[in-house]
Amino acid sequence: MSVADKYEMVCGLEVHVELQTKTKIFCGCTTEFGGDQNTHVCPVCLGMPGALPVLNREVVNYAIKAGLALESEIAEFSKFDRKNYFYPDLSKNYQTSQFDLPICIGGRLEIEVDGEKKWIGITRAHMEEDAGKLVHSGETISTSNESSVDYNRAGVPLLEIVSEPDLSSIPEVLAYLEKLVQILEYIEVSDCRLEQGSIRFDVNVSLRPLGTETLGTRTETKNLNSYSSVRRCMEFEIARQARKLKAGEKVVQETRTWDEGQGITLSLRSKEEAHDYRYFPEPDLPPLVIDREWMERIRKTLPELPTVRRARLQALGLPAYDAAVITQAREMADFFDEALTYYGDAKTLANWVMGDVTRLLNTNQCSVLNSPISAKQLAELLELINKGTLSGKIAKSVLEEMYSTSKDASAIVKEKGLAQISDEGALHGIIDTVISANPQSVEDYKAGKDKAIGFLVGQIMKATRGQANPGLVNQLLKEKLA
Amino acid sequence: MTISREDVEYVAALARLELTEPEINEYTEQLNSILGYAAMLERLDTDNVVPTAHAVPLHNVMRGDQVGISLNHEKALKNAPDGEEGFFRVPRISLT
Repeated sequence: MSVADKYEMVCGLEVHVELQTKTKIFCGCTTEFGGDQNTHVCPVCLGMPGALPVLNREVVNYAIKAGLALESEIAEFSKFDRKNYFYPDLSKNYQTSQFDLPICIGGRLEIEVDGEKKWIGITRAHMEEDAGKLVHSGETISTSNESSVDYNRAGVPLLEIVSEPDLSSIPEVLAYLEKLVQILEYIEVSDCRLEQGSIRFDVNVSLRPLGTETLGTRTETKNLNSYSSVRRCMEFEIARQARKLKAGEKVVQETRTWDEGQGITLSLRSKEEAHDYRYFPEPDLPPLVIDREWMERIRKTLPELPTVRRARLQALGLPAYDAAVITQAREMADFFDEALTYYGDAKTLANWVMGDVTRLLNTNQCSVLNSPISAKQLAELLELINKGTLSGKIAKSVLEEMYSTSKDASAIVKEKGLAQISDEGALHGIIDTVISANPQSVEDYKAGKDKAIGFLVGQIMKATRGQANPGLVNQLLKEKLA
Repeated sequence: MTISREDVEYVAALARLELTEPEINEYTEQLNSILGYAAMLERLDTDNVVPTAHAVPLHNVMRGDQVGISLNHEKALKNAPDGEEGFFRVPRISLT
């Protein structure tokens, strides 16, 4: 792209994550997705006069957990503030958020793009309430005469995670988002269901001439809800700003909105006219003091994080690619680790987990959490191959059978008589029969045609319905023909 | 610090208040007098005073994550000026 020759992009992200509590941040209404409009509401989240908010302890626990996973400092003292604005998505005319004393300060996260590692700084993370949903009667917001409001989402707890402007390409932005989501899923603070709006992204983008240090004027595009929207929105914004700069025009600092249908960003409001939120401390909520003991209690609940886990699997001898695939989702990594306690060969195990096991799960649209084959059962199957009871090929069909019946591998082998014939005595007779039935091949082999032995092995395998140990057959056959 | 006419007009616009000329003059004077009174505090040495986050010396008032009782449509919308099919209805939203 020609833009890249002259300008470089600088990007920072704000990510709004819905925390997976049962109830809202300041009242006991359920956070369950869906539900009839305005049925998950009460005087607190509707902003009725006199109703008082009470902070949900679990929201704080999750915020601390996320902060620790992102290497943030957990503020000993933090408080809530009112962010004032007029828009009916919240009935109180303000959003309860955290302004100057957020719960998580600083932090960082490591991304990898094309094999290059880079730390991305995290500025802060704070707790706040989500807003309600507006349905406009007209085609667009500006042609609507009226709007309908559903406050079911109002008051759902969010953690807003703000990054430093450390991201300098679209692949870096996507890597950051994927990594962030992966960590949040690992530590189980959010279900991260993008299609249900559990995570939303605000993207700050600016351009500056290559080689310069001063930041250019940025725009903020709000409320993106998928990786593909983020990518397309950024492509559009970079091209739009570059066009302006090339023409000698100025980029206006403003909030923009992404129009998914048209694939463009549109100006929503300019910063100077509307961004005066007049924050002030929330008088209805006393401050929050988090002592060491509380923080350490949460730290103990942190699982092994993806990067550490990946490094551990690589240290066991797995290639980087395998380690990345297996640790992508925590459930799969847990399955692998459990199987590993029963079966020590990590690489073979990885091949089966990434190959046939994943294929069976995907075909049946089944999560590994509900896998009909347990980690222990998979390990037993692989052990049977090691012992020579099963050939790799037959093991694959046993795995299929295990998937559909949940039976142990050894039980299936016994039931169907699938055990590999590794008993020399049993093989001698069969091999002799095949040799006498195929004199031509024997002659060919003795005349130096090595290929002929393949045919003989094939005949023996056929006679044993594939159950003969191929290595042993080869060895015995060669001995007999020598 | 003094409050100018422009400050009053700006704050009024943020609060969606439409003020007449005499009102602008009156509020400018009143706000200046209020700020002037509060300016007494500037004579105190507050270097070692932690900013007040809350008027009451309390902290960590929290509840457990247990689902409570929510309202039904009828109750939720009872005081709403306008509503339909369980939705609150609001007039046209102007973004500018």
